[in-house]
Amino acid sequence: MSEKSELLGEIIARHHHREGPLLPILNDVQAELGCVDAESEALIAKGLNLSRADVHGTVSFYHDYKIKADPRPVVQVCRAEACKARGVERIIDKATAAAGERVKIETVYCLGLCSAGPAARTGDDLHIRLDEAGITKLVENA
Amino acid sequence: MTIVRISDDALARAGGADKLAAAFEKKGCEVHRTSSWGMHWLEPLVEIDGEGFGPATLDDVDAILDGKSDKSIGTIEDHPFIATQTRITFKRAGKTRPLSLEDYEATGGWAGLKRARQIGSEAIVEEVKHSGLRGRGGAGFPTGIKWDTVMKAPGPQKYIVCNADEGDSGTFADRMAMEGDPFALIEGMAIAGEAVGANQGYIYLRSEYPDAIRKLNAALELCEDIITPFKCEVRVGAGAYVCGEETSLLNSLEGKRGEVRAKPPLPALEGFLGKPTVVNNVLSLQAVPHILTEGGAEQYKNAGFGRSRGTMPIQLAGNIKHGGLYEVGFGITLDDLVNKIGGGTASGRPVKAVQVGGPLGAYIHPDQFDIEFDYETYTAAEALIGHGGVTVFDDSADMLEMARFAMEFCSVESCGKCTPCRIGAVRGVEILDRIKAGGRERDVIELAPQMHNTKKDSGRDAGDEIGLLTDLCETMKFGSLCALGGFTPYPVMSALRQWPEDFTRNPELVKQALPEAAE
Repeated sequence: MSEKSELLGEIIARHHHREGPLLPILNDVQAELGCVDAESEALIAKGLNLSRADVHGTVSFYHDYKIKADPRPVVQVCRAEACKARGVERIIDKATAAAGERVKIETVYCLGLCSAGPAARTGDDLHIRLDEAGITKLVENA
Repeated sequence: MTIVRISDDALARAGGADKLAAAFEKKGCEVHRTSSWGMHWLEPLVEIDGEGFGPATLDDVDAILDGKSDKSIGTIEDHPFIATQTRITFKRAGKTRPLSLEDYEATGGWAGLKRARQIGSEAIVEEVKHSGLRGRGGAGFPTGIKWDTVMKAPGPQKYIVCNADEGDSGTFADRMAMEGDPFALIEGMAIAGEAVGANQGYIYLRSEYPDAIRKLNAALELCEDIITPFKCEVRVGAGAYVCGEETSLLNSLEGKRGEVRAKPPLPALEGFLGKPTVVNNVLSLQAVPHILTEGGAEQYKNAGFGRSRGTMPIQLAGNIKHGGLYEVGFGITLDDLVNKIGGGTASGRPVKAVQVGGPLGAYIHPDQFDIEFDYETYTAAEALIGHGGVTVFDDSADMLEMARFAMEFCSVESCGKCTPCRIGAVRGVEILDRIKAGGRERDVIELAPQMHNTKKDSGRDAGDEIGLLTDLCETMKFGSLCALGGFTPYPVMSALRQWPEDFTRNPELVKQALPEAAE
């Protein structure tokens, strides 16, 4: 057995007893492998006795699941209304410029920090009150 | 030893509260990490003997301890932002340590659950009905009636599902409630379980709230023995806005695509895995423990306005000077909220627009700021209070861009089940782009001889496109399955009606396309 199928087996076993185990499994697979690829989909389908189409349907629905792992660090920038009102659109170009090819800038809609935007997230760390200098520094240190 | 209280709310932490706490500890203080008072412009807020200092930085530590800081705001509880509120759902905000069972019990925790267990299911439902509590997720459906339906539904297995998929921009009350007072939510769910005969609960929580996920999981572990035989589990979403819609949430919980289900059947009768299910918002469930205490229902009911009973945790967000959480018994005007309590815009420029109710809420013009916060009043004004988010924009906002964003957001987040939303939103973005460009030239198809009904002598001007947009919004509003497609027209049309000058150089075109706007 390959390392990957072992890991997947472990994740499936961790959640198999739950009612509606698919999302908890997919969340763990995404977190541990950085993606949910076709091979993982097939293994999960087999483990849960679902069709691959069922699993692929679910995987392709949600923004959090990626088909391919991206090794670059990610900076998630909120660009929803409240952060727009606080000027995220005026600093986003700086972030993109600082990111270049090295860092991935992702758009998210709302981190729940709407009174103190523009807000961003790196890993589980949150950042508020970003200005041009702040977001540039954040991207450079990502 | 000096006791220093600093919030461990995600917003305070993002503002540097962790480093600040470490600095105070290093100075030999005892640091208590509490929930947030909700005065976000002051975070991180440091509290010593009831006096607040904020927003504090590492440079302020010495001055605060020496009593020489110029960042003092006086006694926190007397601050006008706090003193004018009616805090019931957020009664512990700023006062307790979120994961301390001791603090929770000392402030009346579990009293509601104990009493609920004594009075039994029918009496619980009666009390919730009496309190007038309406679903705080947006629709405002009476919670007691929902519980009644589930209670009377036959079946050995029922579920309590907490909708904590707070995706609306401009809202953060769920996040603050879960991070600041997680036991209250769990107690509310256990009471709901007691009322309808459910022993399993799920909290569907969005993946964008890592702190809330961590805290709720920790809280559930701590109070497992207290809520038993009720069991509860946190389920984390995967970044789909539409999963805040209750039927979509249930599908997601089951491990399916988060597509909206047609109603009926109501989730109350056929919900999670086809079983009778209570789906309530965090704030609705969070209000329940208080309602179930002796006399709590009556007290809650008395706090309301019109047919909106109880309190609404309003969230002041966007370009506002004093942003944060403001819980009040409805009835408050936008003018008071934005200008008096909120202090106007953060940028100091004039207020241009306020969006109430998240991405699906209407933009409200300062001319209408006398509107009172109440479900029915807002509905009558073609607006909604939704989850109580109030997002303020200054005069640099371009309302055409905001209308376009509303459509774009809908196209990105549409679940794809119904056509008006899935395709309408994409077409909406295209039409708004054409309005911005001032219309368009004739295209090849229109010039084809077979197209008898198209204009051959001129292109389409902005007025034609505005007419089309109005038509599209009408279709989306009445043809969509859920609120995502159905309410996206609110921000679009309210922006168009009230700021026609942002859409076209010739606002007359808007008036012609919208006869009712000219009245």
